[in-house]
Amino acid sequence: MKKNKLIERYSRNFNTLTEQEQSLLLKAKVCIAGLGGLGGAVTEMLARVGVGYLTLVDGDIFEASNLNRQLFSTEATIGASKASVALQRVKAINSDVNVTIYETFLTHENCNKILNGNNLVVDCLDSINDRFMLQKAAQKAKIPLVSGAIAGTSGQVTTIYPDDSGFELIYGKTTDTRYSEKGIESLLGNLSYCALFIASIQASETLKVILNRGNTLRNRLFIADLMTNTFDIMTLQ
Amino acid sequence: MIKIQLKMFATIAQYLPQYPDAFAVEEGTDIEMLISKLNIPISEVKLIFVNGRKASFDQLLKDGDRVGLFPPVGGG
Repeated sequence: MKKNKLIERYSRNFNTLTEQEQSLLLKAKVCIAGLGGLGGAVTEMLARVGVGYLTLVDGDIFEASNLNRQLFSTEATIGASKASVALQRVKAINSDVNVTIYETFLTHENCNKILNGNNLVVDCLDSINDRFMLQKAAQKAKIPLVSGAIAGTSGQVTTIYPDDSGFELIYGKTTDTRYSEKGIESLLGNLSYCALFIASIQASETLKVILNRGNTLRNRLFIADLMTNTFDIMTLQ
Repeated sequence: MIKIQLKMFATIAQYLPQYPDAFAVEEGTDIEMLISKLNIPISEVKLIFVNGRKASFDQLLKDGDRVGLFPPVGGG
């Protein structure tokens, strides 16, 4: 895009973001792991704010049960690949964003390759086991990870750098007898406004990490309960 | 007796006592005993915070402590 049009596109980002910061964002490479309630919304926000390179990963297809919260699911996209619909959505919003999609679930075999070359990964997965796997890959790739999780009207966000203890501080050791793959979302479901709220905090953390600005949630956990309007930031260590 | 403030999230909120801002427990009570006194199955509690810092099941409670109990949240 020509420079004038580029400045016009991002004009409402200024002056909260400077032109130099916008340039940094345009060069940033962010992987979004999981394209459900959190991942779809994070993708939409990062594309609009002007993150230049997005790697979008999900092996799932849209189902009717996604319509209550997942931004990219519509009656017309039921049965379609989440990653491929996300690609079309990003291109419709901002054709300057370079998008790579992986229509596959993350596995121990593929996650190092998928993260390779990215500056940051946003964890929007829906299984606690997979979150540990992603953290290990992010540590190996030496990149920060911004994690969000939701259940019902509750949610949490944290930012994990490669040397941090990360998920062990939140979910315990994977050998913990109290540990299970699914959290309480299997009982409570996930509501649209909670998914979008937590996704917003993740998008905000992503920008702050890329721009090295503001206060992040490193070694801290943002916890919200929208039913009681309880919002807190807890120190993890 | 000492008094503590309780915050309980999501599935654990159903166990919130009538007066969560001034819940009385005996001196010498630790978190595990508190969870039992509240009739919460211990397997439902994943994260504990006392005065905004992560705490363990054997941490002793002090008068005025703010205690947060959280289940595991993993949905996306």
